[in-house]
Amino acid sequence: MTATVATTRTALIEAEHISKSFPSADGSTLHVLDDVSVTLHEGEVVALLGKSGSGKSTLLRTFAGLIAPTTGEVRYRGKVLNGANPGAAMVFQSFALMPWLTVQDNVELGLRAAGVPEQERHRRALEAIDQIGLDGFETAYPRELSGGMRQRVGFARALVLQPDVLMMDEPFSALDVLTSENLRNELISLWSTPGFPTKCICIVTHNIEEAVLLADRVLVLGSNPGHIMAEVPILLPRPRDRRSPTFETAVDRLYAILTGRDEKSAAARAAAPGPLTHPLPDASVGGLAGLVEIVYAHGGQADLPDLADELSFEVDDLLPLVDAARMLGLLEVEGAQAFLTDVGRAWYTADIQRSKEMFATLAVEHAPLVKTIVKALENSEDGALRDDFFRDLLRRGYNAEDTEKQLDIAIDWGRYGELFDYDANPGELVLSEVAASLIPTLMDGDAES
Amino acid sequence: MASLRPGTFTNHDASLRARSHFAADAIVLVAVAVIFWLLIQLSHGISEPFNRVSAPSTVSTDPANLPYYAARSLLRMFAALAVSTIFTFIYATAAARLRRAEKILLPLLDVLQSVPILGFLSITLSIWLTLFPGTELGVECASVFAIFTSQAWNMTFAFYQSLITQPRDLDEAARLLRLTKWQRFWQLDVPNGMIPLIWNGMMSFGGGWFFLIASEVISVNNHVYALPGIGAYVAAASRQQEIGRLLLAILVMIVMVVGVNFVFWRPLTAWAERFRTGDTEAVEQQHSVVLDLVRRSVVPAMVARVLRPVGAGLDWATRPLGRADRPLRVNQARRRAGDIAFLVIVLALIALGLARMLGYISDHTGLAQFGVAAGLGLITFARVVVLLIVSTAIWVPIGVWIGLSPKVTRFAQPIVQVLASFPANFLFPFITMALIATGISLNIGGIFLMALGAQWYILFNVIAGASAIPNDLREAATNLRLNRRQKWRYLYGPAIFASWVTGGITAAGGAWNASIVAEVVSYGDTTLTASGLGAYIAQSTAEGDFAKTLVGVTVMSIFVVGLNRFFWRRLYSYAERRFSLT
Repeated sequence: MTATVATTRTALIEAEHISKSFPSADGSTLHVLDDVSVTLHEGEVVALLGKSGSGKSTLLRTFAGLIAPTTGEVRYRGKVLNGANPGAAMVFQSFALMPWLTVQDNVELGLRAAGVPEQERHRRALEAIDQIGLDGFETAYPRELSGGMRQRVGFARALVLQPDVLMMDEPFSALDVLTSENLRNELISLWSTPGFPTKCICIVTHNIEEAVLLADRVLVLGSNPGHIMAEVPILLPRPRDRRSPTFETAVDRLYAILTGRDEKSAAARAAAPGPLTHPLPDASVGGLAGLVEIVYAHGGQADLPDLADELSFEVDDLLPLVDAARMLGLLEVEGAQAFLTDVGRAWYTADIQRSKEMFATLAVEHAPLVKTIVKALENSEDGALRDDFFRDLLRRGYNAEDTEKQLDIAIDWGRYGELFDYDANPGELVLSEVAASLIPTLMDGDAES
Repeated sequence: MASLRPGTFTNHDASLRARSHFAADAIVLVAVAVIFWLLIQLSHGISEPFNRVSAPSTVSTDPANLPYYAARSLLRMFAALAVSTIFTFIYATAAARLRRAEKILLPLLDVLQSVPILGFLSITLSIWLTLFPGTELGVECASVFAIFTSQAWNMTFAFYQSLITQPRDLDEAARLLRLTKWQRFWQLDVPNGMIPLIWNGMMSFGGGWFFLIASEVISVNNHVYALPGIGAYVAAASRQQEIGRLLLAILVMIVMVVGVNFVFWRPLTAWAERFRTGDTEAVEQQHSVVLDLVRRSVVPAMVARVLRPVGAGLDWATRPLGRADRPLRVNQARRRAGDIAFLVIVLALIALGLARMLGYISDHTGLAQFGVAAGLGLITFARVVVLLIVSTAIWVPIGVWIGLSPKVTRFAQPIVQVLASFPANFLFPFITMALIATGISLNIGGIFLMALGAQWYILFNVIAGASAIPNDLREAATNLRLNRRQKWRYLYGPAIFASWVTGGITAAGGAWNASIVAEVVSYGDTTLTASGLGAYIAQSTAEGDFAKTLVGVTVMSIFVVGLNRFFWRRLYSYAERRFSLT
């Protein structure tokens, strides 16, 4: 199916110049997607790969007609969508099964909605249940099933409708490694079956290997706001072998793109780093220390895909740590290789008190939000400010959830470095004495901006 | 695909269910038949000819009539529950799905929740009497309506909450599967809201008994209407000073409360467990003998077979209503214009209504009555405050003691549940008797009368809060050798604070409502009156002074809503923020 010649391929879903923004709390807008154009063709498997916050799920939902793009339009077979996409079925990360319906009733639900007569409904549902390996479970309720079996029900419910496009939103990320490998293989074998009614599969994932295993084409999404960073065709024959050198090359390439410098992101465009353009990566100080320790143990250099494999981490777990380490200057990344910097080495080998002091300096110098907080506290009357002050500031660039997250990370880092303290009850940040000794550094910062 | 096929799955539960018991079938069928016969018998009484002037103002206190009265009362309760459920479905769905309607329906619901229902009884009675002239149905409807107003708001709010907090993925799945509106309602909305709906229904039903008792004898415009029912029986026995019969009625009442719980709510809550979403487990598994019995019989399967074509027909008939999806593109300009027009019309109507109402009041009693009512409101407010303080001092330690011991909780929880739903106004004659005998003023005794019903909410919630304290925290407290005072200061107090606030809101609301029946009480020929807003409303209702009733009810609503807004809600969000255990 994948060998169709490009010129004769019919476009199923065309998204043109899509951007999506949400109004934020103080009236300004949050940009989730920025000018994205994608076409999904007949006969291909497309993976949308990105870190969390790259808007990949939002993009998929605009394809499905569940979310309206702010500008631009999505067409299905040439018709502009104004509601749920009639040619799409979706498999959800959380399965999204009705807990009060049996397996069979869940699978039949879409047919019932389509007004299919009872007899035919039963027949088709049983067929789909059989095809996906669920026979014997027809009368079971979802709660009685394991995660893997629940996702099979999710697949059966989608496939029974014989959709043009099968959309999958991180369908395997809630499952354990073996179960997801098994389901992926079954999906590939279904896709390769002649006469399989579904013409296109679009999968959202943050797992690089999964993207390389399944897709004919990987669209790499960058964050802040979401945009397409790269389009990587995967021309490996199926079934694909994880250990083949070509497979590894593809994985390394995607790693390099994901960890590389992103020219289009707001961070790169902004003149000076600020808390709104340079969000703090979601990493705890403990996690950072762990990463640096491992790279140190590897002799100061580590291959990121290997590292992820070794720790059975996925990109979403590892990349924020790598990003944070890079932000603070503890690591440098070339392609898919991470190197320990001199600063990183010094930080790791210092004693606890010294390492805290070093961390404080690094955070104030390199973490924009930490710097902003310290500066604001320094300039305030009594060295104390309400957390709402910073919340309001962050809300101009983040949604409510991310605002809290950013604040939490900054507080975690600041507390560890003993830069400031946080009293949760009145919600007040108080400058500590350590920060006062860093005032010269702050002065430099003022000169910069 | 065939590589890894799961083994055969045997569902033991299902095979047991299939084997039905003859005894179970027989019992269920007989029960259904008896219920039908009872309904026919009771509906006979309701359609009896009725004359506004010669309508009975009392009922016989012959104990032989008591079962019939009890059945009539029960029928009223269930009629109100049915109406409440339908109302809930329509109102909550409209509030959750219609953007503009939500702007009105939600604040309205918020106010209706806190309005003293009993004050409206007289107003609605005249409407119902006009609607159904010549039969007892009018008075009957007024009573059912009073119960309905005590049940509906809570249920509606719970269902609305479940609608707007629906899991996002289920909503998306429903839209992508292209369910029709009707299908979505029954396959997603109702099942998803079933547990909160049933639990709130049960709570509201318990509260409804109070209003049933209060609404079976309605005195309006210097005329008293009595409906055959257990509440009217108690009123009559109280007037004739028949203590033995009063006690008998209390016994019947307890049997009814426990019985309804056993054959209706218990099976329903156990059945509703299947609607639990996700992997969350109930804290305590619900079991019901009645549900097991029904499940063993073939009756549910038979009923399902009969109803299936009906369901399919409705499914087909409601197809034209359209799919449960929303358009992605909206005309912003037109929407904004519609919003503005809507807002203007609504505000104009409200302003007009307000002007008319104030005009009416100033014509009939004068606007100065607002001041009088507000002054009396302060007195009743003082009673509510005393009530809360005393109930807290008594029930918080007891509640914590019960809640901390699982053994005591298991034993005490059902008793407290019965006490909470037992209508406190049943006991009023006894307290009144005591007040008359001791000569204590109702100004003080009224607090006790109001507390009779309200206090249980505090106890109930504190028990729930205390039993939710994690064991490791208690062990840590013991391990740290905290003394009793320190334990209260650092563990029990913070841990139960949020529950206490919840109980406090409900108790205060209940006390305001109860003041309408607690500030004027009588036993035999003696009538005691306290000064307060409740007495003001009760007296103006009895005199048929509609304007004064309106003033009293409005002022009381302002008190309750204002206190909720400025005191309870803030306290609650503080408790949530600061003392949440999760």
